[in-house]
Amino acid sequence: MPKQTLPQVPIKKGEPAYKLWIFEPGWKGELPLILNPRQLAEQKRPALLPGHRLCAGCAAPIIVKLASFAFRGPTIVVNATGCLEVATTIFPYTSWAVPWIHNAFENAASTGSGVEAAIKALKKTGRLPYEHVDVVIFGGDGGTFDIGFQALSGAAERGHDFLYILYDNEAYMNTGIQRSGGTPPFAWTTTSPVGKVIPGKQQAKKPIADIMVAHRIPYVATATPAHWLDLMKKVRKGIEVDGPAFIHALSPCDRGWRHGTELAIEIARRAVDTCYFPLWEWTPETGYMLTDRSLAIARNPSLKQPIEKFVEVQGRFKHLLKPENRELLKKFQEYVDLVWEDLLKRAANAPK
Amino acid sequence: MAELRGYKELPIGAVPFRLSTDYKTGDWRALRPVVDHSKCVKCMLCWIYCPDMAVIWDGEKIIINYDYCKGCGLCAHECPVKAITMEPEPTE
Repeated sequence: MPKQTLPQVPIKKGEPAYKLWIFEPGWKGELPLILNPRQLAEQKRPALLPGHRLCAGCAAPIIVKLASFAFRGPTIVVNATGCLEVATTIFPYTSWAVPWIHNAFENAASTGSGVEAAIKALKKTGRLPYEHVDVVIFGGDGGTFDIGFQALSGAAERGHDFLYILYDNEAYMNTGIQRSGGTPPFAWTTTSPVGKVIPGKQQAKKPIADIMVAHRIPYVATATPAHWLDLMKKVRKGIEVDGPAFIHALSPCDRGWRHGTELAIEIARRAVDTCYFPLWEWTPETGYMLTDRSLAIARNPSLKQPIEKFVEVQGRFKHLLKPENRELLKKFQEYVDLVWEDLLKRAANAPK
Repeated sequence: MAELRGYKELPIGAVPFRLSTDYKTGDWRALRPVVDHSKCVKCMLCWIYCPDMAVIWDGEKIIINYDYCKGCGLCAHECPVKAITMEPEPTE
């Protein structure tokens, strides 16, 4: 077996730039949640190593990286099939600095349940040399909205203690941009092409986070990589709660959404500014609570941008900006407004 | 494939056993980010948003690890003071 080497990048102070997450048996305590970016850079190292083969400008590694800064100790990552899985573990390479398991497309949540049950059993018989081992599952939108949904629903119903992070790039990007349950209406994909008769996808986006709220699990939230503090806090909350937690994170995809490689964060920010993707969290005690930018928009509606701001930078919505399709854009705006107004009605901290 | 190996020589299962840091993705790049340290305010946003973990903080300044940088330009776009510019790769 070839020798494993981490690059020795010169770092004058502190630790090397990349390291494997190794916890000695008997390790106790919790890793702190650091919110100051400078301290974060000095003290934390991401669980994803460079050299992964995700596209340039992909937002999925940003979500994984930010989530890993909020891990509280020994963590086992479970991955559903998707871009993240195929690009980070191309045989014989792995990009993960933490224990990682992949099983099949549809059963990431079941695999996570099994891992969690094994941890519980080892703990009961005193064979686990750690206080707590967390299970974090990363799934794409295909593996969550469509293929892995019954496994996720079942795992949530059984109440396993895991955090499921959905990175939602809104189509099957890995296999070549086919529509999924997460694709928004009017979006172009290779299986919902834009033509003279049909203007992209005909159906609405499945409200997956609301479906998870309906499971009455302890914690559900939405997040984007652009609002990184918000994302880290939500991941930590999701790990800390006892029981299943679910985070729906928007992950702009430059190949599938047809935008420039440098725009992923900008588009995630615009998705929140236009209320296309509101940020909120839900717990059984508090109900829906708006967070970060969405709370600011709820308090000051003049901050809300028209949906054109979100649409204009993406090639998959190019047809909506044509003069003959103005009606469709209006329909899309109505759809976004409907979802946003509905959320405002439910949110406990939105001004009434 | 130079030679075919039997099952006994192959690693057990599909266990990825080498770190991807051995695989340099730097040659994907068309434009390279260059940091102007006189403009940098050390807000660390590039470090936070870099998808390839190619931005490194050495305790004093930002360093870009060109071994892994894929040249997406996210850091230059998100830099609040425009201290990072995307420049063409130097040609020998």
